[in-house]
Amino acid sequence: MTYLTKPKIHHPSLQPNQLGFTRRDYEGTISTLCAGCGHDSISAALIQACYQLDLAPHRLAKLSGIGCSSKTPAYFLGASHGFNSVHGRMPSVLTGANMANRDLIYLGVSGDGDSASIGFGQFAHLMRRGINMTYIVENNGVYGLTKGQFSATSDRGSKSKKGVANTDEAIDMVAMALQLGATFVARSFSGDKTQLVPLIEAAISHQGTAFIDCISPCVAFNNHAGSTKSFDYVREHNEAVNFLDVITPREEITTEYAEGSVQEVEQHDGSILRLRKLAGDYDVNDRVAAQRFLAEHHAQGEIVTGLIYVDPDPEDMHAHIKTVKTPLKDLGEAALCPGSAALGKLNASLR
Amino acid sequence: MQPIVATNDFVIKFANVNGSGSASANTLFGKSIIRMGVPVAPRNIFPSNIQGLPTWYEIRVSEAGYLGARAGVDFMVAMNPQTWDKDVASILPGGYLFYDSSKPMPKSKFRDDITVIGMPLTHIVNAEYTDSRQRQLFKNIIYVGALSALLDIEAEVVEQLIAEQFRGKDKLIPPNIHALHMGRDYALKNFQCPLGVRIKRADAVGDRISIEGNAAAGLGAVYGGATVCAWYPITPSTSLAEGFAKYCQKFRVDPETGENKFAIIQAEDELSSIGMVIGAAWNGSRAFTTTSGPGISLMQEFLGLAYFAEVPAVIFDVQRTGPSTGMPTRSQQGDVLSCAYASHGDTKHVLLFPEDPHECFTMGAQAFDLADRLQTPIFVLLDLDIGMNERLCAPLEWDDSRRYDRGKIMTYEALEAGKDFGRYLDVDGDGITYRTLPGTHPKRGSFFTRGSSKDRYAKYTEEAAAYKDNMDRLLRKFETAKGLVPRPIEHKAAVATKVGVLYYGSTSPAMGEAAEILAADGMPIDIMRVRGFPFHQDIVDFIEAHDTVFIVEQNRDAQLRTLVINECEINPAKLIPVLHYDGTPVTAAFISEGIAIHLQPPVQQRLKEAV
Repeated sequence: MTYLTKPKIHHPSLQPNQLGFTRRDYEGTISTLCAGCGHDSISAALIQACYQLDLAPHRLAKLSGIGCSSKTPAYFLGASHGFNSVHGRMPSVLTGANMANRDLIYLGVSGDGDSASIGFGQFAHLMRRGINMTYIVENNGVYGLTKGQFSATSDRGSKSKKGVANTDEAIDMVAMALQLGATFVARSFSGDKTQLVPLIEAAISHQGTAFIDCISPCVAFNNHAGSTKSFDYVREHNEAVNFLDVITPREEITTEYAEGSVQEVEQHDGSILRLRKLAGDYDVNDRVAAQRFLAEHHAQGEIVTGLIYVDPDPEDMHAHIKTVKTPLKDLGEAALCPGSAALGKLNASLR
Repeated sequence: MQPIVATNDFVIKFANVNGSGSASANTLFGKSIIRMGVPVAPRNIFPSNIQGLPTWYEIRVSEAGYLGARAGVDFMVAMNPQTWDKDVASILPGGYLFYDSSKPMPKSKFRDDITVIGMPLTHIVNAEYTDSRQRQLFKNIIYVGALSALLDIEAEVVEQLIAEQFRGKDKLIPPNIHALHMGRDYALKNFQCPLGVRIKRADAVGDRISIEGNAAAGLGAVYGGATVCAWYPITPSTSLAEGFAKYCQKFRVDPETGENKFAIIQAEDELSSIGMVIGAAWNGSRAFTTTSGPGISLMQEFLGLAYFAEVPAVIFDVQRTGPSTGMPTRSQQGDVLSCAYASHGDTKHVLLFPEDPHECFTMGAQAFDLADRLQTPIFVLLDLDIGMNERLCAPLEWDDSRRYDRGKIMTYEALEAGKDFGRYLDVDGDGITYRTLPGTHPKRGSFFTRGSSKDRYAKYTEEAAAYKDNMDRLLRKFETAKGLVPRPIEHKAAVATKVGVLYYGSTSPAMGEAAEILAADGMPIDIMRVRGFPFHQDIVDFIEAHDTVFIVEQNRDAQLRTLVINECEINPAKLIPVLHYDGTPVTAAFISEGIAIHLQPPVQQRLKEAV
């Protein structure tokens, strides 16, 4: 039950971060998802990432649509405001929230039904607009809450629990995000926390639209033989292009790597993304090459994961529409209302 | 047939082809009459098309100040061969026809009972100009010049308006004035000027201004403190968002940095528009969208979320003729019910009904206070008739001591002091609860906003009692709204009467005129203009104080009547609908006839039927 709150007992061994918060301060209520659900691993990764980034929980807003994935914001960051909106419409609600207050950190949590079907349009237009946010699709290729229908990310030929093969072509959300202009695009796997946590940290540090497609097997309806979104299948076909370390502006760079094996990307907020290359000389700053790499490996049946593309110096929606630095929600009458004298002049011009 | 003789009281209609540049010439003509001190009510009648189809511009001239539409045309300026037959047929007996006589027309194309004024406009422009675009544009100014002579409008007035229109592009002024005089001189030389219908300088305009309702509403949003606008283009609401943008450019750009104290996004559809509005308002900005009927249909799910999760939102619905695509460029009051009960489940929404641009401004600003105070969607229901036509109205006013009412927002200080925060906890008994804005306090006051059922502390619940408790509180909140929405306004007849009429929105000018017609015919009526929903007790009292109550509306199904019956528990037999729903604006004649037929003594009625 989502209204069950977790007891907040602070074990003395829990380490506080720079803000004095322990990992427990980033938790939420007890999850009501199925035992072993990939989504709970993603929630845990989010908690870990926010703790490690020393984020003040109340400065983050978490928004979601409808579905299993969209329930998860209740299970992490209990001190943050959350908004469980309507099916497929998180992108518009989050866009509006961002317009109102550019100073918060925005996390959008969605699923494959929520973002690839009913909300495909809103997903696309958010990517186009360059909203400064982290957008995570918890992708299990199946409608879990309604008990096992195929979703739009389900691969052609993938079998349902009842043994029926999917005949429709799958939507690759990463390919879409790349095409639509996201400035940070990654794919990960809920079963690979060592890959996922730094990707989330990097996405949150990114000052533009960061998209993470996180394959997250559904233990109840899509974890059987014949499914291409099962734990076993994803482990077998995972093709990681790099391994990421995120070095926040405060941290000292200590580890040394052999020349050529590492690509370093400094983001606008000063954080450094250190990418240990796993796939030859994959260049994480080349959008077109990323699209080609993705298509080639998809054709070979491989699932490309890791940080696939990043523009270290993106321009966000507020830059496009030239809004003031002060959050719009904080502007009062003095800044907003032209007053009676201006109205008098206007009246005169309308006679 | 005697030619019509009428000073400062006639209808003149221009039949044009859209995209021909006639609109600005026609506006110039209308404005020149206002500058002569005579009220006019102009109306654009246009197709859902950009170029080549028929368009009309109708101006009712009325020194008495009747700004509603009136049937029949006294003076037709027929510049469109496509619609010639219909245009000529619409002229009242004794009326006037002005046309381009460059091409000879068979006598069968005219009527014997009207005065025909043919002017070879094409020959004149072809002789004067070589450029085809110039020929087209100056042809329009030339006919304005001719009309100014025929109707006795002072040349200086038109010249002044041309100078104002082209201020900053001064080199355009002399050629326009030249064209004006070409037309004027031709008319003075070749026709009897003035005609029986004419303008005479008067002093009946006062300090009134002329503005479109959409522009006024957009300005109201600026004054009301809106910072976020998310919208999707749809006729007839588009110019409202554009009006907001225009006035933001004028008033809300930081002169030093060039940065904007507003954010406008043209969304991908209406679902996204209302989603952005809800997100922004949840986060503490005043936010709105502009739309029309089809958009309201698309927004239904989100509107239920805003109602149930209690998020402020302002929706300007500039109504057009439905259902479905209907007639996109025609007017109607067709969205009353789809707004009042928008979304599935039990919902009720606050509606405001402006009568003219002045109220579009005041209610446009007030809607944001109401949204924040009531934490719910507020609908401002304009229609095409007031939204897209310039209308004379009282000058816009603003009290500089006015402060925005941001409603019940729990602050950092209150949370820090340990004040109990329950997002849906009714501490004041008015059904309105405190909210916190995201990012307020590091440890306290966060909550999860959701469209699913929750308890007083915003915790998810499927408990029957908690669900009912919340739904009943929402009803209490709606009761509170009754005292906050604009009160109805009653105009009593000069003598006591047991007949009352309810009306709202753009019906207003025609209704006032109809009341005068009925009073003159011995049928005095009290009239009450509904300005908001939920309905104020005054409306119930008004119905109870009268034996017969008419409800005048511009829709087929008597939507406000349904709402009154439903919400005020009124016997339907007592409420007689008078309904106008062909897409044209309602007229005083239509209303007065619709009411009179019920009021005439039964004997007279029977005699009349026998004849």
